[in-house]
Amino acid sequence: MKHSFIDEYSGLDSFVHRLDPRTKLLCSLAFILAVVLTPAGTWKVYVVYLLIMMGLIWLSHLPLKYVLKRSLVIFPFVIMIAIFMPFFKQGQVAASYDIGAWHIAITYEGLAVLVNVVVKSWLCILCLIVLSSSTKFEELLHGMYRLRVPQVFVQITSFMYRYMFVLADQAMRMQMARDSRNYGLNRSNIFKTMGNMIGMLFIRSYERAERIYAAMLSRGYNGEIIVVNQLRFRLPDAYFALTLSLLLVCPAILWW
Amino acid sequence: MLPDKAVEISGLSYIYPDGQCGLKDIDLTIFCRESVALIGPNGAGKSTLLLHLNGILRGNSAIRVQGLPVEDKNIREIRKKVGMVFQDPEDQLFSLNVFEDVAFGPVNMGFPEEEVDRRVKQALQKVGMRGYEKRSSHHLSIGEKKRIAIATVLSLDPEILALDEPTSSLDPRGKWALTELLRSLPVTKIIATHDLDLVGCLCERIVILDEGKIVADGKAEQILGDKELLKMHGLARDTAAVGI
Repeated sequence: MKHSFIDEYSGLDSFVHRLDPRTKLLCSLAFILAVVLTPAGTWKVYVVYLLIMMGLIWLSHLPLKYVLKRSLVIFPFVIMIAIFMPFFKQGQVAASYDIGAWHIAITYEGLAVLVNVVVKSWLCILCLIVLSSSTKFEELLHGMYRLRVPQVFVQITSFMYRYMFVLADQAMRMQMARDSRNYGLNRSNIFKTMGNMIGMLFIRSYERAERIYAAMLSRGYNGEIIVVNQLRFRLPDAYFALTLSLLLVCPAILWW
Repeated sequence: MLPDKAVEISGLSYIYPDGQCGLKDIDLTIFCRESVALIGPNGAGKSTLLLHLNGILRGNSAIRVQGLPVEDKNIREIRKKVGMVFQDPEDQLFSLNVFEDVAFGPVNMGFPEEEVDRRVKQALQKVGMRGYEKRSSHHLSIGEKKRIAIATVLSLDPEILALDEPTSSLDPRGKWALTELLRSLPVTKIIATHDLDLVGCLCERIVILDEGKIVADGKAEQILGDKELLKMHGLARDTAAVGI
């Protein structure tokens, strides 16, 4: 079955795509740190960050529409966490309501916090989208491995990426088999069927894990995955990292 | 002159963790460069027997692979000698791209980078899959996956190939192509299958396994010609049983 990729545009060729994944990982980390550490309300700085991101999107030849669409994913999570901010933050009241015995007030300070959180997380997700769309997933993992991210983490991520689609296929086939037998006509057993399917999927994954482990042992696995190093830092990596750091430091000096 | 023994199994029994009996008293000797088919109905213990050959499962008995007992201290050497190809290539191809999968064995054996590279190229060449290095396994066809799965063990230059259902879920063209590929590999082959077409054109010797026991062992033509025997173990169409 056909699935969309996480790293859909990673096959493109551009300056950003050709950078070493380690450079991209570290630069992304630096960017996110800078965004997170920027004091709330310094809007001019946010504009600079946004311009940096736009520049990167342009440099990496990613379709802007695709990036913006992908970036929408973050909003439900952020809103869920930050939606109550305006109600609890003390300060100048923007609007207040009385619902029965409750008195609810929205403050300007609270709204500012909400907007800050939303903007910051949006900038971060833009950065991550550019990272993941300009780097093949396996290169990203190589980079993490070379940057000494704990092996367990890299391996789990690698297996997740490899078997996510296998699992999705399996789930889809089970769903089709279920629907072919007039599932849903009897409302009372929906949850039971769903529970069974989830359980079944778990058992199958567990058994598959055992077979994979056997296949790994058969080829001499002894607890450590060794990756052949195919990564090289080159001159453009240095230019890129230097330019980005300067851009990130600039606003701090100018406006702080 | 008697050829060297590739695999020697004596008195092997195995009981599954849930108490069910897997293998009973298996005695089997396989000689170098022999192609042996391990046939039998589903659940006869074919895969279980294969998993003993490189020590993934340990029964009660002495198994020797080219004279080396299957024990912890030899396990590295034995896993290099015995190339195990699993039934579902999805289990065997666990890396993110073809290169990494084929390189997995050689890298674990500690070969230097150039040697790993050379072995990967050679293995992919042998299965006719050069140029697939950067592809991700998930997006290959089942026939391609099976070939790559075989390449992942060929990269270790095994002397014995143990294959579990190599032709299952292949279309006829894929099946015959794979058969030719296997025929071209000059190593000892132990093939668990119930694909009698494959057996007929690839194997000179057949071992029938049923309910964990060896019930027949002989020349391929002789056993394939014995319809009664095949019927008895559910390997040929039993007209009496279906009432025709």
